[in-house]
Formats: sequence, structure tokens, C-alpha cells
Amino acid sequence: MIRASRNHPGWWAALGHRLSGLALALFLPAHFLVLGLALEGDAALDGMLAWTDRPLVKLAEWGLVMLLTLHLGFGLRVLALEFLPWRDPLKVLISLGAGASVLAGLLFWIMVS
Amino acid sequence: MQDTAETEEMLEVEIWRGAEDGALRTYRVPRRESQTVLDVVTWVQRNAEPALAYRFACRVGMCGSCAMQVNGKPRWTCRTHVAKVAEGGKLRIEPLANLPKIKDLATDMAPFFEKWAEARGRHEPTRTRHEPMAPVSPENPARAAANAGIECINCAVCYAACDVVGWDGSYLGPAALNRAWTLANDERDADRCGVLRAVSQSGGCHTCHSHGSCVEHCPVGINPTAGIAGLKRMTLAALMRGEL
Amino acid sequence: MLEARLYLLQRASAMLLAPLVLLHLGLILYAIEGGLSAGEILGRTKGSLFWAGFYGLFVLAAALHAPIGLRNILREWTHWRGRSLDLATGGFALLLLALGLRAVWAVTA
Repeated sequence: MIRASRNHPGWWAALGHRLSGLALALFLPAHFLVLGLALEGDAALDGMLAWTDRPLVKLAEWGLVMLLTLHLGFGLRVLALEFLPWRDPLKVLISLGAGASVLAGLLFWIMVS
Repeated sequence: MQDTAETEEMLEVEIWRGAEDGALRTYRVPRRESQTVLDVVTWVQRNAEPALAYRFACRVGMCGSCAMQVNGKPRWTCRTHVAKVAEGGKLRIEPLANLPKIKDLATDMAPFFEKWAEARGRHEPTRTRHEPMAPVSPENPARAAANAGIECINCAVCYAACDVVGWDGSYLGPAALNRAWTLANDERDADRCGVLRAVSQSGGCHTCHSHGSCVEHCPVGINPTAGIAGLKRMTLAALMRGEL
Repeated sequence: MLEARLYLLQRASAMLLAPLVLLHLGLILYAIEGGLSAGEILGRTKGSLFWAGFYGLFVLAAALHAPIGLRNILREWTHWRGRSLDLATGGFALLLLALGLRAVWAVTA
């Protein structure tokens, strides 16, 4: 259960930041390995890209784009909080970051489908 | 007499009894006008549970003794009105989170205060009492930064609200780091570099993730997250200068 | 002062990654239009000093940024602490750096 003391925008932003970062860190090695397939020629990479054309994989890719934009947005919140002379908890920035990532995700979805 | 008691509005109050292995117990407490959560706890101790252990002293929000978890949030109970926090006539009162429970609503505050000492929370003077007072301009930006943090009443509400304190036992926590921030900005302190070194140890200011739970819950409106961010910048500058 | 140094690396790499990620996201949205093909990707990147430098820097920053974050998460959400954790996350940094630079080499050289 979520403790009542955690239910505020800063805490949810931090949780989103952490979980998206964790997922991205685990995805990175796979991403690098796929690109490394180009060493074996175009065919190997194309084989992989054909595999990524399945709807379920597309959905996962859409998730990754969302995670990356979310992590960027929440990360900018932390940098602003720690390095700019603002004293309020930047709730506006949190909403802006989340909004921007949803927008980017939407754009990605429109373009792949 | 009994008739009025039955028509009287009652609160359903769950209170933590015992130490770590304790449990919640329910009491029915008469609702009063302008009633505070501390009034409720006191009523229970005087009328229903004489052995109930809890702390309070000033009852006016100055001493920082009476903080407890109220419906899941740490609060200063003497200045928290029941009307503001009761959900459907119900209150759940527990000892402060992130501190060892001694008995009922009393926690062991020793780890909290030990961390103030670890953060080098003691002022190191530049002058003795025989010298004239140091003139400090209130307009000085460092003094203004320190002033924003000096009204702390040591109630440990921020410490109980902070998730990082719960996750990492070595983390000094918002109150101790806020104290360090006021000293790091005090031109009368003889060893401000020592403060920066103290808060750069494992569990120091760099452990903070800027969740902002301390800011959300501080009863006197201090912003420890801003102070800790200031310490982060100050320690980075000292690190670059090779002073850490 | 390990924690202060890791904090510096974490925030410095974040500041570097922010614009790189924005450009990367822009490129993703541009590249996926009309489907992905190896020919299209490699045609853009092969022999390009710009993309080699861009993604080389990206890999370096990510290889610093991700393991430090992972170390924080493991320290706080599990009981894993100390030297073995530092070595394991350091190893993860080297793995990311090696795989990442290999990938950059594969698509640009």
C-alpha cells in the first residue's frame, strides 16, 4: 500500500524517474547487441528489424520511447530542482515533463501505425 | 447523563499499543470543538488507557516533542486539528515512522539526534565570549539562506516522511542536513569546510533524491530539499577546488 | 569522497545526456517514418564522423549514468551493499561501454 506521506507529485515523479531508469538500464545491453548485428552485414540487422515489426514488439518499442521521454522529463526536474535557484517543488515542471512524454509517445504511435 | 453520551458525536480512534511487535487498538473518543489530535491522545490516556505512553511538552508548536503519524502522515499533533485530518470520523495514530518504537506513541529519538552530530551540527565559534559580537548583515545572501532554515523545531516529521531515510539507515536525513546547510552559510562558523566534509560521507547530502516529502510535511514551512540541493552544489564546488 | 564523485558523474552525465536524448528521440521519430531498414539506417550513419562522435559520446555518458543509478536502486531497495556491489555495478559500466562502442563501430565504421 502507498503510505499517505508519499502521495504528492514529487514522490510520484521520483518513482516514475526511478522505474523508467531501471527499465532503460536493463534494455540498453539488448539495444547495443541488436545494433552490433550490423557487423555481420545488412541481412542480419534486417532480420532483426523484421522481427521488431510484430505488433507486440512495436508496443514494447512504444513503451521504450515513453520511458526515455519520461526519464528525460523527470531528470530535468531533478536538475532544475538541484541546480536552479527555485524553491517550490516544481509541480508545473512535473506535469510538463509527463505531458511532453505522452505527446512524444502519441507521435511515435501515429508514425508507426 | 448517559443519554447525552449516546447522542454525543464520537470519534473512532485507532492507537498503536506496544513496541515493534505491537498492534492498533480502537478507542471511542468524544468529539469536541477545536479539538487537536494531541487532545484526543490525552483524552484516551486520562479516560481509557492510563498506561498509554506519548510525548508532549509545550502544546503550542514550539518544542517539537509531540509528532506522530496521523492517518499515515507525520504531523505535529498539538497544532493539528481533528477537523482537518479525520476521515469519516476516524483517526489512526501511530508512532513516528523511521524511528525505533519504544512503547505506544513514544519512539527512540536517539538515531535522529545522533545524525545531527554526524552532520557536524555543532557550531564552531570564531570568537570567544570576551570578544565583541560579530556584525552579520541580514541582507547578505548567505545569511538569508541560513535564515530560511533556522526555525527548525527538531520534531522529526521530515525524518519520518523521508523514504530515503527508510531505505538507507546511514542517510543523515532532512533535518540534520538542513542544520548543516545553515552552518555552511554562517560566516561566524570557524570550520565550514568541515561541515561540507561531514555531509559528503556515505549517507550524506548526495544520498537525497529530491522527492520533496520533507518539504510537503514540514510543519514550520522549511524547505530542506532546497538546503540539501545547496549543500550538493557547495560540496561539488569544494570537490573541484580539492577541498573535500 | 566516493559519494560526492559519483554524484558529480551522475549529474554531469545527465546534463550531457539531456540534449543527446532529445536529438535521439527526434531521430527515432524521423527514422521510423515508412518503416525501418538496415540499408536506411546504415546509409545515414556509415562513414559519418558526426554520428560516430554523437553516439560515441552518448554511449560514454550512458555507461556512466545507468550503473550509478542502478547502484543507488540496489543499495536502497535490496540489502546489497559494499565492495561487491561497487564491483558489480562497475562491471556493468564496462559492459555497457564495450557493447555500446561496438555498436557505434558497427553502424558507423
